[in-house]
Amino acid sequence: VFALLLSGVVLEATGHGAVPSFRKLFDAAFVSSGALGQTLVAATPLAFTGLAAAAAFRMRLFNIGGEGQLYIGAITAAAAGLFLGGHGWPSALVIAAMVLAGAAGGAAWASIAGVLRAFCRTSEIITSLMLNYVAGYLLTYLIFNSESYWRETSGFDAKVFPVGKDMPNAAVWPAWTIHLQGGIAIPLGAGIAALVAVGLWFLYSRTRFGFEVKVLGDSPHAARYAGMRTRRKILAVMAISGGIAGLAGASQVGDFRHTLDADPNGMQKQYYGYTGIVVAALARYNPFAVLLVAFLIGGLQNAGNTLQGADFPSGLVGVVQGLILFSALGGELLVRYRIRFTRHARVESPPPATETA
Amino acid sequence: MNSSLLVVVLALGIAYGTPLLYASLGELLAERSGVLNLGVEGMMLVGAVTGFWAVQRVHAASPLSLAIGVVAAALAGAAIAAIFAFLVITLRANQIVSGLAITIFAGVAGLSSYLANDLNLAQSPAAHQFQPIFPKSVQDWPVVGPIVFGQNALVYASWLCVALVWLYLWRTRPGLNLRAVGEAPASADAMGIHVVAYRWAHTLAGGAFAGVAGASFTLALTPQWSDGITAGSGWIAIALVIFAFWRPELCLVGAYLFGALQALSPQLQARNIHIGPTVLWTSALPYVMTIVVLVLASASGARRRFGAPAALGVPYVREER
Repeated sequence: VFALLLSGVVLEATGHGAVPSFRKLFDAAFVSSGALGQTLVAATPLAFTGLAAAAAFRMRLFNIGGEGQLYIGAITAAAAGLFLGGHGWPSALVIAAMVLAGAAGGAAWASIAGVLRAFCRTSEIITSLMLNYVAGYLLTYLIFNSESYWRETSGFDAKVFPVGKDMPNAAVWPAWTIHLQGGIAIPLGAGIAALVAVGLWFLYSRTRFGFEVKVLGDSPHAARYAGMRTRRKILAVMAISGGIAGLAGASQVGDFRHTLDADPNGMQKQYYGYTGIVVAALARYNPFAVLLVAFLIGGLQNAGNTLQGADFPSGLVGVVQGLILFSALGGELLVRYRIRFTRHARVESPPPATETA
Repeated sequence: MNSSLLVVVLALGIAYGTPLLYASLGELLAERSGVLNLGVEGMMLVGAVTGFWAVQRVHAASPLSLAIGVVAAALAGAAIAAIFAFLVITLRANQIVSGLAITIFAGVAGLSSYLANDLNLAQSPAAHQFQPIFPKSVQDWPVVGPIVFGQNALVYASWLCVALVWLYLWRTRPGLNLRAVGEAPASADAMGIHVVAYRWAHTLAGGAFAGVAGASFTLALTPQWSDGITAGSGWIAIALVIFAFWRPELCLVGAYLFGALQALSPQLQARNIHIGPTVLWTSALPYVMTIVVLVLASASGARRRFGAPAALGVPYVREER
């Protein structure tokens, strides 16, 4: 709420009415015809990347390579879809293979950073981030600068502008339609994301593995002392995180784009991987909260996309997201601080945070 | 001779490396005080857009309006850094998540693009831009002409900044205090150094440097505005600080090395030199290089030997020691 007020101030300050802008935002996100369906389209990848970030961040393993892992997942899933779909396999098998290939691709890409962190103690923040750019260039290269398997090489359009091959029909993921608001299609990816959330919840709060991961995140020294295998956990968690991000890529190919989209203004302009980190942080790394937050942020993004134009400022979506995140971060600290204050009040009188201006 | 591949790549490398150099100097100051600022990219973009806007609006002689642009960019970068400093120093929020939040808030799809759109900056070239300051005859000297004398004022100013930061860190009392704050904030506090003030000051300075780095895109390298013009160089700058083992003089070397790598790709293509999938490896090379360097730098306890501030990324809470 504080964030909404703040962004209202920003809007007013730059001469856009705050209230009408927000109403437009809300309408375009959830109310107007077909809006919910579009919001789901935007929310599905965010749910995956949010879960991916949550899985890793819970262990204080800052995998910010969700973006690149998504690209690689899309590449491997597209390869599986093109190959198996092209060989006439039944649709269910092709889709299953795409899901597996996407997860494997993302997991493998994330494991580069995971291995480096586990065995060379290299900061996974920078490596996973640098790998995002490498993956981006690889994706662009496959379609724009080479005659790769993924590129459409015949037909008139392909000569004018390089595009990826269309997925065969067997590799198009189904969607369930709810007849409301002119039809809301629930993509298969959204269902998979929900399953992943349940799986992640189970893994982290009901298994020994999850317990150890949480201890490692909160207190690595205690974990070492208790004899937990740090390296294995790092490898496993990075692979899980990357795998989930790879699913986002697979879902992009299977659910929505039906081709390997390397257009610099397409999938790469959406920044699903980075936004997923916002989603995970807002959800405080709780898998179910990730789904909810992904839906809300997805609505925001969808609204931003539909409304972008003369009377609606571009970049507002990022601003609002940032402000929400600031408020959440600040608020969390205030809560924590209040607890600490009461605990320490008896011991020493000056409250700690007043030492700054 | 001056058009040979090596000379061109080196000359361009210095030009391309300049924003990296400014940004990494700023990041170095912040990290030396123990603050890991992952919001550099966002601060650069806001600096880029503000500097560009200032130059478009101020109707003054070219050097004056450019100077105003650079100052405006520095102030804008520092303003964004103030948000960051408030979150991570005063409120002690997680530095990593806060840094990402800053980049999302200010970055490609955030404030920088919002401001640019609002102020209608796209699709017009900069009213003034930094030009090479030495006369043409000097620039035409073999080899050193284009590399050393073919640059603009921002490049020479960045050399000055490197020297100043070096002197500050190693030859002044506040510099010594700064290093103490980054290594052992509790001891520094016990010595009477105001840890929080030092961290605030150097985070703001870091933001100002990042803003100037952004302006060196929009006022020198590519004198125009487009969303996300910095293309991830804020992130490279963060890696560069590690690459440079937290030393300003090595930041210079690293920045020019990365600048040269960035210059290499289009030059190879323009000269029709193909070595394998040229486009792919030349454009991905700076990023892969960063990873390799990081691995080398982090292997076998080298981190401690090469001077990572011990308290980097750790919020300082007086009573918890």
